[in-house]
Parts: sequence; structure tokens; C-alpha cells
Amino acid sequence: MENLIEIKGVTHAYKTKHGPLPVLDNLEINVPEGEFCAVVGPSGCGKSTLTRLVAGLMKPDQGEVWLHGERVTSPRKTVGMAFQNPVMLEWRTILENVMLPLEIVDTGMTRPEREGRARHLLEMVGLKGFEGKRPSELSGGMRQRASLCRAIVHSPDVLIMDEPFGALDNFTREDLWQTMRDLRGKENFTCVLITHDLRESVFLGDQVIVLSGRPARTQFVLDVDLPADRTIDVLYEPKAVDMLHLLRDQIRIAQGRDGEVH
Amino acid sequence: MDKLQKIGVPLAAIVAFLALWEFIVWANGWPNYVMASPSDLPAAYARFWEMFLVMGWQTLWRTIAGLLIAVVVGLLLGMVMGFSKIARDALYPLLVGFNAIPKATLVPVLALLFIGQHDFNTVLMAFLISFFPIAVSVGIGLSTLEPEYRDILRALGASKVTIFRKIALPKTLPEFFGALKVSVTLAFIGTNLVEIVSPHGRGLGALFKSGETNGDYPLMFAVLIALAFLGIVLYYAVVALERIFAGWAERPAS
Repeated sequence: MENLIEIKGVTHAYKTKHGPLPVLDNLEINVPEGEFCAVVGPSGCGKSTLTRLVAGLMKPDQGEVWLHGERVTSPRKTVGMAFQNPVMLEWRTILENVMLPLEIVDTGMTRPEREGRARHLLEMVGLKGFEGKRPSELSGGMRQRASLCRAIVHSPDVLIMDEPFGALDNFTREDLWQTMRDLRGKENFTCVLITHDLRESVFLGDQVIVLSGRPARTQFVLDVDLPADRTIDVLYEPKAVDMLHLLRDQIRIAQGRDGEVH
Repeated sequence: MDKLQKIGVPLAAIVAFLALWEFIVWANGWPNYVMASPSDLPAAYARFWEMFLVMGWQTLWRTIAGLLIAVVVGLLLGMVMGFSKIARDALYPLLVGFNAIPKATLVPVLALLFIGQHDFNTVLMAFLISFFPIAVSVGIGLSTLEPEYRDILRALGASKVTIFRKIALPKTLPEFFGALKVSVTLAFIGTNLVEIVSPHGRGLGALFKSGETNGDYPLMFAVLIALAFLGIVLYYAVVALERIFAGWAERPAS
């Protein structure tokens, strides 16, 4: 299958008072069309930089980012983003929040079509009946659901998520994993998920990429060959448990704690 | 019940305040050429009601005009300072310094610069004294906008203008209205400063001065109360606008 996202030898450093701070080092990531790529790594290893690069919000010092066979040099309308902070616009209703990208990206849809699309997505994530509410009236999990809808409302090729479920409690998080899995069955997007939750990466990912400590390299790639319609229970089966162990060891290596007793 | 409380409580507070005032004057046995009491005021309003209407209007429109200019200039300055760190570094000391100058000292300067332009001078002073809070709060509101808010639109290729219109501006509105409430009362001070200090002034400030010249204490206090009344009216006009444009920021009382 064709790679939709190609990150080729990307190296990047931030300028700081104490000289350059390298965050990415010759990073290589390939994500085939329609696949879900989970990226894990020690904290502060440059995972968020990666999302900004793929979104075209910044340019790498060296290397190239390609989407759909085109080199990314600036923001593209075919990208959707979701962050740990759901970034709801408090002055808009949930429906209006979800429709925001459609005001920027010309999809050729009429106003009723756009509203219909937003309502349809809200219903899919279980927010039917909350369309007219303000974000402040919703729980954190519900806001994050709305944020997901907004990220895909303009049918982007690529969905980039930077720890979108990081601030939620465990049960809410697992609910949202399942919502995410269901969305993937119905919407076509290639996904990059930055996370620090290994269970999340195995549950949602088709491949899990482990980044090394800063500056981040691609340290390890795990193919998750679990059924596409996996349930949370899968995570407790031996196959998944083995994967989690493997990833855990890789993270330990990435943290530079390989020799420690565990 | 809720509505009754909303109007009844402040009204009761005002009545209590007037009663206390009346009592203090009565208890001290002050005659009304030392200190007027609330019961002296109706007579003053009855005698000069035409003056109050004409001069109250003069004070009000000039204050509002000054305030409108302050809103425009304050927003522009705030935007410049919010988006450019260089502009922020350059303008802050100047603005703070200017704001620290007692505005009374500017009255003679303005009077000489624009001789005889009483309306213009008054509006200008109302503006000069009231734009600062607006500029600072809009500047801070814009410069502290979380990067994610910008990114969700930037990632779609939205222009800076679009990001400002759709995100930065509405998000800064609560700060803007907070500052505007401060500016309303400041603008009144500016207007009255010019009205009182300039010879042949107009507006309630001039009426106050004529009360002073004639030793008419009830008139002077009646002017002060009229000013307070206008201030309250304008303040609540801003509150009403805030409800309309930034009502979303209001949290339900708990």
C-alpha cells in the first residue's frame, strides 16, 4: 500500500539561550494510507514537535515530511488536529465548534449540508442532544469527543492527535478509545496518535513507533496484528500482553534505564 | 423572586446609604451651607431641573464620545501590543508613564493647544484618561492566547486575520469588557475635570462650579448625585452589552 505519511530523515533543534536543543534526530516514519500509527516515547522527547511538523505548522531543520506524495512546507487543509486540551471556543455552541473548520476549508458543502455533517458526527460520538450546549456545560470527556468531531469534520486525509485522552480518567479514556475505533470504521483518515499510554497505543494502533529519548530517533516499530474490531478485552489476552511487555522494555531502553532491575 | 432580588437589593443599599447620610448630617446638626443632606436635594433638582437635563446631556454625550474613541484606540493599541513583542516592549513604558501623569495637569495644556474648543478638549480628556485599561487588557488577552487555539485554525491554512476574527477577538472580549467598566467611570472623571477647571465650562461640572461660586451646597451635592447616576447608567449599559457579546463567559452562580 502507498505510504500516505512519509517522514524522511527529519532532524530538528530548537534555539535556546544555552545553544541549540536537538529534539528530533534523523527520524523515519512511514504510515500507509488508512493506517493508524501510534507514537510513544519518554516525556519531552519531541513527540509534540512531530505533530507540528506533520501539520505543516513548522519546518524541520533537515529532512522532509511528505503527505500524499506532496512535500509539506506549510499548513494544509487536509489535516485535522486534536490536542490534550480540547480547545473548545467557549462562545460557540458545541455544534458551532464542530463546524469551525468548515468555515475555513471550502468543501463545497451548503450550510445545511455542513450542519448535517456536524450533527452526524456528534451523533456518532454519542453527543446527540448536546449540539446547542456551551462547552462549559460539558464534561472533559464530552468536550474531547466534540474536539474529535471538529478534527475530522472536513474529512481530512490525516488526523493528528497529540495525547488527546491524556487528561481524562481511565474509564472515560477507554470509552473514547472505543469511540475512536468506531470512527475509524466509518471515516477514512490516516492517523498519527502521540501518546504516553502503551495500552492506548496497542488498542488503537496498527503500528506502534517507539521514539528514543531526546533527540528522538525511531527506535522500534511494532506491528500490531490484532483484529481491527478489537475490544478492550483484547488488551488482557496473552498476545497483547506480550506486546505491552515488549513496548515497556523499549521505553525503558529509550529512557536509558536498560540495565536497571525491573 | 430572583428579579426582585436583583433590583431590590441594590435599591435597598442606596436607600440605606441616603438614610445614613441624612442621619449623620442631622446628628451633627450641620446646616446646609456646611454639608447638604439628601432631603435638601429634591428642592435643588426642582429648581434647576432644566439645567440638569441640558448639562447632564452635555456631560453624557462628551463622555460617551471620549469613551468610543478610547475603545477604538485602546483596541488598536492592544492589538499591536498583543501581536508584537517589540511593540509591547516599546509601548508599555510610554503608556504607563503617560497614565501616571495627573490628568489635571493636562487641562491647561489642552486648553492652550485647542483654544476655545471646549467640546473637543473635553472629549479628548475623557479619551486620554480612559484608553489605558482597554489597551492593556486587550494586549494581555491577545498575547496570552494559548498556542493550541491558534493552531487549530492555522493547521487549516487560515490567515492571521481569520484567526483574529474567529478566535483572538471573541476570546479577548471578557477582558475587554472588564476594562471598559473601569474606563466608563474614568471617562466621567476626565469629562468633569475639564468642565470644572475650564472657565466658561459646560456640563454638570460647570453646574457644580456655579453651585460652588454661589455657595449653593444643595446644588453641588445634587450635581454629584446626578453624576453618580449617569455613571451607574453608563456602567450598566456596558454590562448589558457584555451580556450580549460575552455572555458566554459568565458562569452560573453556585
